[in-house]
Amino acid sequence: MARAFTPKMLTANDLFDGDVIYMTASGEWSRHLSDVAIFEEEAAANAALSEANQQHDRLIGPYLVDARYSADGTPEATHFREEFRSRGPSNYPHGKQTEA
Amino acid sequence: MYVYDEFDEKFVRERVRQFRGQVEKRIDGSLTEDEFKPLRLMNGLYLQLHAYMLRVAIPYGTLDSRQMRQLALIADKWDKGYGHFTTRQNIQYNWPKLKDVPDILDALADVSMHAIQTSGNCIRNVTADHFAGAAADEIEDPRPTAELLRQWSTDHPEFQFLPRKFKIAISGAPNDRAVTKAHDIGVRMVSNDAGEPGYEIIVGGGLGRTPMVGKVIREFLPKAELLPYLEAILQVYNLRGRRDNKYKARIKILVHEAGLEEIKSAVEVAYERIKPEFQRPSDELVARIAQFFEPPQFNNVQTTAFEQEIDKNPALRSFVETNVAEHRNPAYGIVTISLKPVGGTPGDATSEQMRVVADLAEQYGHDELRISHEQNIVLPHVRKADIPAIYQALKEVGLATANIGLISDIIACPGMDYCALATARSIPIAQEISTRFSELKLEHEIGEMKIKISGCINACGHHHVGHIGILGLDKAGVENYQITLGGDATETMALGERAGPGFAADELIPALERLINAYLEIREGSEETFLQSYRRLGSNPFVAALYPEAERNAA
Ligand code: SF4
Repeated sequence: MARAFTPKMLTANDLFDGDVIYMTASGEWSRHLSDVAIFEEEAAANAALSEANQQHDRLIGPYLVDARYSADGTPEATHFREEFRSRGPSNYPHGKQTEA
Repeated sequence: MYVYDEFDEKFVRERVRQFRGQVEKRIDGSLTEDEFKPLRLMNGLYLQLHAYMLRVAIPYGTLDSRQMRQLALIADKWDKGYGHFTTRQNIQYNWPKLKDVPDILDALADVSMHAIQTSGNCIRNVTADHFAGAAADEIEDPRPTAELLRQWSTDHPEFQFLPRKFKIAISGAPNDRAVTKAHDIGVRMVSNDAGEPGYEIIVGGGLGRTPMVGKVIREFLPKAELLPYLEAILQVYNLRGRRDNKYKARIKILVHEAGLEEIKSAVEVAYERIKPEFQRPSDELVARIAQFFEPPQFNNVQTTAFEQEIDKNPALRSFVETNVAEHRNPAYGIVTISLKPVGGTPGDATSEQMRVVADLAEQYGHDELRISHEQNIVLPHVRKADIPAIYQALKEVGLATANIGLISDIIACPGMDYCALATARSIPIAQEISTRFSELKLEHEIGEMKIKISGCINACGHHHVGHIGILGLDKAGVENYQITLGGDATETMALGERAGPGFAADELIPALERLINAYLEIREGSEETFLQSYRRLGSNPFVAALYPEAERNAA
């Protein structure tokens, strides 16, 4: 039995510095999870992924992963790994968490 | 210190030049990631969770002040001002930008360093006892052999595409500080009944998904036979190692599945075939290498000032007791500089710390430094009389933590703070353990204790061979930590036994406290280490301390 589709976001790493990037509703890439588009439809998610797979010259390893809207309507990751990716390491104030 | 000859220099520069071109092509889009990935991995460049990571080899963990200063310069110029020393005696930079990597590699080549064979299915950086050339218990300095192995394995045409990565470790002392039994091949220097020096060869050890203790495949191999014999092992592995399943591709699985005896005879057959035409290293080369590892000119003047200083300064005494090991020259000591400050990240050093350590090596340490697999820095040759001054200088940059071999001297892999393969974080766990036990002021009371933490089953943090091993897992979307007990990384190697169900992050530290308290209660005097108590009593009392609930329910 096929698994039911759960809402997904599209994320990757930036080619030039490896930073985590997210696909926005307008199809741009953003460095902030708060800008990410969440796909409710499997077909749209897959279409965005195959499009991203063509963008060799600016990103690495795009993939779809579970996401949801928090109570206040901002996108958030469902898994802790994605939560860490959206912030940076926990031992130093490096990565996204320090950049405005 | 081995100095590159013309060939090494040319080879490394050429590789940097090639990689520079490949990076340009990647950036302008003419290489796809699929095409570029194997090329960057060949040059030690990984993609981690938040950024690229460059892994730089420190062959057999040996470096000099000039190299250490260059590592500091790279950290400042192209990274965030620090580096992370790993259990493979490498240094990793966590934040390089793709376009800068060729410049970093050139800066490394300027000091005879590189990032080649730190990744991929080849023979990786050879690791060695970090006290090599200095330890009182040493039979012979293993580094000339390690360098020979480095030259033999670097760019070896036959062994660039092995079924899987291949790790060799070498130790020159009966006390195994190089974890030789957990490597694909372990080499231990021994002497035979006639007193001739040779090697004991261990094969098929490894941690990771299927941990195995290495087995002795040759009890005594004459020194000159090392390369052809290892070539024979590698040939057998290259042909027979499984390529169908990467989880079964390491030589440990081959040895396990085929049996030691069968592999042994296959190796002997290959060895007999190889032996006659094998191009042994020339005497000149062996002599050239040996000359770089000549012991320094020791200054044997003993002084009583050292003892007097220690008597005056209890903090210095404590530092000497925990961080200074016995040198083969009684006027000297081996100083281990702890990269495990209370609450810090195991293995990290700032550029400033690297420079201070480099200065100390130059001024007091015959210009030698080592990186240990336990993620600390070693000054292998230090006059005892100079230790007070060294201690003072270390203290000023936060490097004088007196905890070597104690509960806060933790090995921890980068885990999910950096590593893309991780299933949970390891660094915060190490930080919490060291903070908590330092608050309790129990560290010295507990005595020798090896805690080792990995953020996934790949076991870069050696958790299977920790007296207490901690493995971070993802349990239904929550970080969860599994404890193993009774592991041992030395010549008496043992794999830890799983204690029971894992702990959530906030349950882990209280559980460890119960475990340690139980040990303190049941040990036979303060001389009995945790591992000895565990071996004497078995796991029951320790498991009971970890899981008091289960105990109650059963009652
Ligand atoms: S053990 Fe796992 S998490 Fe830790 S560094 Fe190795 S691969 Fe990464």
